[in-house]
Amino acid sequence: MVSNEKSVGSRLWIFAVWATTIFFIINLFGIIAAVVTSSFATRWLRAWFPDGFTTKWYFSAWAEFQLGDLLIVTFQIVFAVVFLSGLIGVPAAYAMARRNFPGKQIVLLLLLLPLLVPPVTFGIPLATVLYKSGLGGTMFGVILANLVPTVPFVILVMIPFIEQIDPRVEAAARVFGAGTFRMFIHVLLPLLLPGVLASLLLVLVRTIAMFELTFLTAGPTSQTLVVALYYAVFAAGVRAVQSIDAMAVVYMVTTLIWLVIALRFVNPTQMVTRAKQQPAH
Amino acid sequence: MAPSLSSFKTLRLDGVSRDFGTVNALRDLTLNIERGEFVALLGPSGCGKSTALNCIAGLLPTSRGAIFLDDQRLDILPTEERGFGMVFQNYALFPHMTVRDNIGFGLKMRGIPKAEAAARVEKAIETVRLGTQAHKLPGQLSGGQQQRVAIARAIVVEPPLVLMDEPLSNLDAKLRLEMRQEIRRIHAGLGSITIYVTHDQDEALSLADRIVVLRDGMIRQVGTPEDLYARPAHLDVAEFMGFRNRIPAKLKTRSGDAVAIDVNGVLLQGIAREEFKGDDVIAAIRPDDLFAGETNEGGIPAVVEAMEYRGRDFFGSARAKDGTELFFRASRRHAPGETVALIADPARLLVYGAAQ
Amino acid sequence: MSSVDYHSNPGLKARLAARGLDSVTLLVLPAIALLVGLFVYPFLYGLWLSFNPKDGSLLGNYFKFFSDPFLYDTIGTTLKLAVPVTILNLVFAVPVAFRVRLMKNQRLLTTILVLPITLGTVLVAEGMLNYLGPQGWANRIMMLFGIISSPVKLTNNYWGVMLSLVITGFPFTFLLTLSYISGIDPALEQAAATLGAKASARFRHIFLPLLIPGLAITFCLSFVQAYSVFPSAVLLGAPAGPTRVISIAAYQAAFEEYDYSMASAIAMIMGAVQLVVVAFVLQIRNLFYRGPAGGAKG
Repeated sequence: MVSNEKSVGSRLWIFAVWATTIFFIINLFGIIAAVVTSSFATRWLRAWFPDGFTTKWYFSAWAEFQLGDLLIVTFQIVFAVVFLSGLIGVPAAYAMARRNFPGKQIVLLLLLLPLLVPPVTFGIPLATVLYKSGLGGTMFGVILANLVPTVPFVILVMIPFIEQIDPRVEAAARVFGAGTFRMFIHVLLPLLLPGVLASLLLVLVRTIAMFELTFLTAGPTSQTLVVALYYAVFAAGVRAVQSIDAMAVVYMVTTLIWLVIALRFVNPTQMVTRAKQQPAH
Repeated sequence: MAPSLSSFKTLRLDGVSRDFGTVNALRDLTLNIERGEFVALLGPSGCGKSTALNCIAGLLPTSRGAIFLDDQRLDILPTEERGFGMVFQNYALFPHMTVRDNIGFGLKMRGIPKAEAAARVEKAIETVRLGTQAHKLPGQLSGGQQQRVAIARAIVVEPPLVLMDEPLSNLDAKLRLEMRQEIRRIHAGLGSITIYVTHDQDEALSLADRIVVLRDGMIRQVGTPEDLYARPAHLDVAEFMGFRNRIPAKLKTRSGDAVAIDVNGVLLQGIAREEFKGDDVIAAIRPDDLFAGETNEGGIPAVVEAMEYRGRDFFGSARAKDGTELFFRASRRHAPGETVALIADPARLLVYGAAQ
Repeated sequence: MSSVDYHSNPGLKARLAARGLDSVTLLVLPAIALLVGLFVYPFLYGLWLSFNPKDGSLLGNYFKFFSDPFLYDTIGTTLKLAVPVTILNLVFAVPVAFRVRLMKNQRLLTTILVLPITLGTVLVAEGMLNYLGPQGWANRIMMLFGIISSPVKLTNNYWGVMLSLVITGFPFTFLLTLSYISGIDPALEQAAATLGAKASARFRHIFLPLLIPGLAITFCLSFVQAYSVFPSAVLLGAPAGPTRVISIAAYQAAFEEYDYSMASAIAMIMGAVQLVVVAFVLQIRNLFYRGPAGGAKG
């Protein structure tokens, strides 16, 4: 397996793999850099770089797109989703981790489906129902729609986390005289906190970036930043490109701040791998 | 092509070393092992024994040194061309292959014709007594059975060298004793070299023809089990081999290896195991060779702290005047607080220099 | 005189608790209620609605969909995007993940790759419009190196959507693959090496069979993501023609024609096609070993 000499073929192969990866990353940064550069450009036509740099687009974007209102709406929705996902998801995860009850497999399937079926597919019937019931286009409707994937996500992330907490710790707390409430506050909550924090941060990042469900259920006053960005790009030509790019940068910064915070607590692979890919050791 | 079993005589490790960054995990491992020998690498965790095994197997590149099988240099070959057999600590059985396919994997990789391979696999299955399990997947076997598959998989290719990395550490005590005998029997039938890594001195003593004690990446002592048991070369080896009593003493006289030492004013006879720098020495002795006499003559006086019944005799702990804790054997129960004289067997009292 | 009869059979509460139904189990109810109300019910309602079209016939929507090339072509258009992209992402992800598995510090790379997933398809589409545009850096660099002589059209067509699916899909596929590969006990590879297996044989006999179940799941998840492509198909593609994917048809039926019945029918068809592909891949997966890959017992 390990040899001190590597053959030419394997060196070439390794080189090719890394070259591909680096090529991918360069393009990725190119895409991001293009948006950022453009947002600061005075005029950028038929050239490698803009004629000059300015910050005026941020001020015009802020006014044109009402970014202040958008940010407030976005965070109202996102924090409501985060709070409700935790409130509904964590106790459910606790029950799933600690009890074996008839129909548990069906519940598990019910939790997996909203994560496996893409948002567009279930978003259209969901939006239909919400509009029929008068919730379509309201902020409450957007929050409800976003809970569909986030609650199962929290549950599936938390189940293995709770399973690895020894139930005897809870039993011990009871033996030493803690009632259910004090056991929860003094024993369970501190043990659960890292997992809750990690899963809710992931929910937060995912909800800021969740386009499809919000797009399908939001009205003019309940749009989040990413949906407004979509409409701005969709109607490109109405406004200056740099202004749209400025908005994109605002969106990017909003997301990345939370991503950086989230990455302090979670492994990047957790952003895509759901609960089941816990190492088997 | 992999070295074949029939042609070799000696495995030679010449200054094999391995650094991790600036840490020398293994320093200058030099050892000649003859065909048919069973060698145990013994030491506490972190002593470099697993590093040594992985370097020999080629799973870790060596930093310096060379490995020879007769005249063929092996350390420059990748693992798959060395042709050794290895039994891993958690067995590393291929979970998607049946017992038979697991055992036959090495033969398949060597391109052995199917009929011959099948026959050899059957023979190996028989050797490890797994006849009825051959069609099962590893996940369906018990720990002991998995262990047998791992051994069969390693020996079926008839390697010149079988490496075993703490193979018994995941088994319960009873199964461990049983598998020890199995391993010894299989080794005897194979006629190859076995290098066996363990931290359990009982295992090493009962299995090996020769034991290599490692500490901090260096060889501390090489010897037969009898050598190591009776005559550890260094104090740390002695402690590792069960010399629980370390008694500070003053050197009185020395002629050859025979020494007389003073322990709290009591004169004791012992055997020197190394050269001393000053006259501060440490006497080491097993609890079983230090017994509470019936009279108070000629022994180290100590106050009994606790006694426990062992069936045949009693095992006790006591404290000497200078505060040294002593473990001893007794033929009757002494009350805590009672003063006893602990008599050391002079042939088993080993004396080392204190400056360590 | 005792008021509690503790010799007879246990009460209902105790019997339920013995089957795992007690107050703790009830904690799962709010989540179930939410999902039934917001996922199961809308789905069933959509299914029912799809069979109640404006014209009153049972299968009207489905007849309309499968008789109008403007509608049924969207399936082919979507598959033509999703299948090659998924395969491409998987083909690149496996070797890269195999290299990265050996790295001590994977965190930087995985963090970089999680960026496009976090930023989302809308932002990537917006960035690519500029980057891949005729005056964008991508075309300029290719011209600088003489790969092309005049700018290539990479946006507002098939290739724009394709590339955006690679940019967001590859990291997803890669991270999923990496987590599956990391789940395989490295001692298995070492064991195979000691038994004489070269790198290619170790891959073929050990890694591949153990990885196939995970790769099948990865394929399904990546495929489903690519199949439901929406914002980049509109923004980076040609939503009236070559990249008129099925989600665009569903969206237009619902929010431009306000025909919720038809929209639901398209959503159901969309779900059914995904299901067929996923079921097919999982069927293949069933042919392989699916137990733990962490060594038999660790």
